[in-house]
Amino acid sequence: MKLTINNESIYVYTGAKSLAPDRDTIVFIHGAGLDHTVWLLQSRYCAHHGWNVMALDLPGHGRSNGPALTDIESMADWVVQLLDSLDIEQAAVVGHSMGSLVTLETGARHPQRVTRIALLGTSLPLAVSEPLLTAAQTNDHHAFDMITLWGHGHAARLGGHPVPGMWMIGNTLRLLERSRPGVLYADLRACNQYQTGLDSAQQISCPVLLVMARQDRMTPVAVAEELIHSIRNPHTVILDDCGHLMLAEQPDQVLDALKSFLSAGPN
Amino acid sequence: MAGPRYPRFDTLTLHAGQRPDPATGARAVPIFQTTSYVFKDTDHAAAIFNGERPGHVYSRISNPTNAVLEERIAALEGGVGAIATASGQAAMHLAITTLMGAGSHIVSSRSLYGGSHNLLSYTLPRFGIETTFVDPRAPAAFADALLPNTRLIFAETLGNPGLDVLDIPAIADIAHDAGIPLLIDSTFTTPYLCKPFEHGADLLFHSATKFLGGHGIAIGGLLVDSGRFDWPGTDKFPTLTEPYAGFHDLVFAEEFGPAAFIARARKEGARDFGACMSPTTAFHILQGIETLPLRIQRHIDNTRKLVAHLDAHPAVDTVIYPELAGHPDHELCKRLLPRGAGAVFSFVIKGGHTAGRKFIEGLQVFSHLANVGDAKSLVIHPASTTHHRMDTDALHAAGISAGMVRLSVGLEDPDDLMEDLDRGLYASQK
Repeated sequence: MKLTINNESIYVYTGAKSLAPDRDTIVFIHGAGLDHTVWLLQSRYCAHHGWNVMALDLPGHGRSNGPALTDIESMADWVVQLLDSLDIEQAAVVGHSMGSLVTLETGARHPQRVTRIALLGTSLPLAVSEPLLTAAQTNDHHAFDMITLWGHGHAARLGGHPVPGMWMIGNTLRLLERSRPGVLYADLRACNQYQTGLDSAQQISCPVLLVMARQDRMTPVAVAEELIHSIRNPHTVILDDCGHLMLAEQPDQVLDALKSFLSAGPN
Repeated sequence: MAGPRYPRFDTLTLHAGQRPDPATGARAVPIFQTTSYVFKDTDHAAAIFNGERPGHVYSRISNPTNAVLEERIAALEGGVGAIATASGQAAMHLAITTLMGAGSHIVSSRSLYGGSHNLLSYTLPRFGIETTFVDPRAPAAFADALLPNTRLIFAETLGNPGLDVLDIPAIADIAHDAGIPLLIDSTFTTPYLCKPFEHGADLLFHSATKFLGGHGIAIGGLLVDSGRFDWPGTDKFPTLTEPYAGFHDLVFAEEFGPAAFIARARKEGARDFGACMSPTTAFHILQGIETLPLRIQRHIDNTRKLVAHLDAHPAVDTVIYPELAGHPDHELCKRLLPRGAGAVFSFVIKGGHTAGRKFIEGLQVFSHLANVGDAKSLVIHPASTTHHRMDTDALHAAGISAGMVRLSVGLEDPDDLMEDLDRGLYASQK
């Protein structure tokens, strides 16, 4: 689906379904330098199981035009602009990596618009290493390599993609290579500069799910502990033998965690 | 770069795409000789069918053994994914039919494997797909042959049997300027010698029957997607950019992003054309790939010795091998094929057709058959076998003379091979 926000053409994947007013809505927010296709399996499942799905491309990403937003707070406000533009009063919000920060911030800044949030591959702070930031700033391919290598778990670096015939490393690299110059840097810088996450976490009143991976080198489980403790009654799922890019590495396990959480009644 | 590094080529040949079997701990890739797969429940079944969960439905479309092979070749080539097919011809057909239908046009190198030439020249026109053949050594000829309905440029890394080295970067630029992809038949070189995606190609296929399998025991093909072509950037490929009624109006470029092509090839082509690989064949080809670096290096070492031997032989008129200084693509070969120009080459015996026939019949170690890329050395006379459907003009255009003999150099002791060639050459001149 194409729509216009702030005079820019924006793309939102809806699972090839029309949004129906009588269905609950899930917003999926991708990570740095990526786009809606990372949610392919999870979003497609939800779209065919009774939800409205909005797997968005943030401005400047994927099929969305416009400059990339430069801070997490602006991204959170932009998500609500997206809901406004479609007259959607409330939605569950699911985010991965940078998208998890946007999700958290959306829940804190716009609590009346968010029914529940799921934070996948998350930690606070979401610090970006200096070599990665520097490479991204100069659009150096090493930035894509670092994310690809650090993003996958040990075994996944040699493959074993659950989707037959697909090479995870290649797919991650191609997605990152498609990002427009400067977009990955803007995203990583936004992650690095986001310092108010713990305060935001304390303001969250809706149910929260955290999905983490034991082999995650980018948002390690240990670094997420303070975030977990800042959230009232968090639901946590930790995936074994999985790295940061869990949507591709363990799509079923991620979907099962989301499905269980999103289908549950009010906390 | 600090931190972890990508596994290197030789490691990928052994490990890419496979983890020890979770049910049994088997280290080798198990042969999943099954047609179908039990679903956990009805929702699980529906989700797999509808592309909402990963998994296997039916071995015509995917199979766990084949999936290891597919992932391994995608890793070795630097692509996003691959499909194992019944043969190299099936892989080529799958690539073309995924991209286009009736009313489309292809620009192809004229130096092709005879089977590819047959498909393009005689069979696809019956289905409304026309091909213009051009000289692979003249990049401008590819550009000149483009038509408004051209949807693909196709060529081989090493032309068959003249060993024209394709200037992949130049041809890729021509294709991309025209908004169409470049498909490469990389059978003769394998990723050990050349990775076409690194030079700008968008799609490639292998006859895995040849050097990948390497032992002459299994027919198979592999189609690989680089994931680099910008399908939504043009309106020329509606199969990838418009809703597909055959899969609930799925738009492949929207849902799969970089993997749009290979996803369509599987969800439509594997499903509907059905030219799938047997899992036992996939296992055989995986065994070949596990030793690919060792075998290809030995193939190259033996080939170099034989090329030098024949080049100096008084009964030989010409040796056609790109590593020879006199070959028209010698400089290009050094740039694109620094590890070697493959283990298939041709030479022309003094005495023409009759001498060629006597030569082949005088051999004892080389096997006279229609294949290349076996561990055993092979020999054939292209004009009377693989290219026999081509008329004289087409043979001439493809660089095939009546006395030309093609060798596929195997892994035997090179001295035995040289003695065998001497035996045949002696017979040829009597």
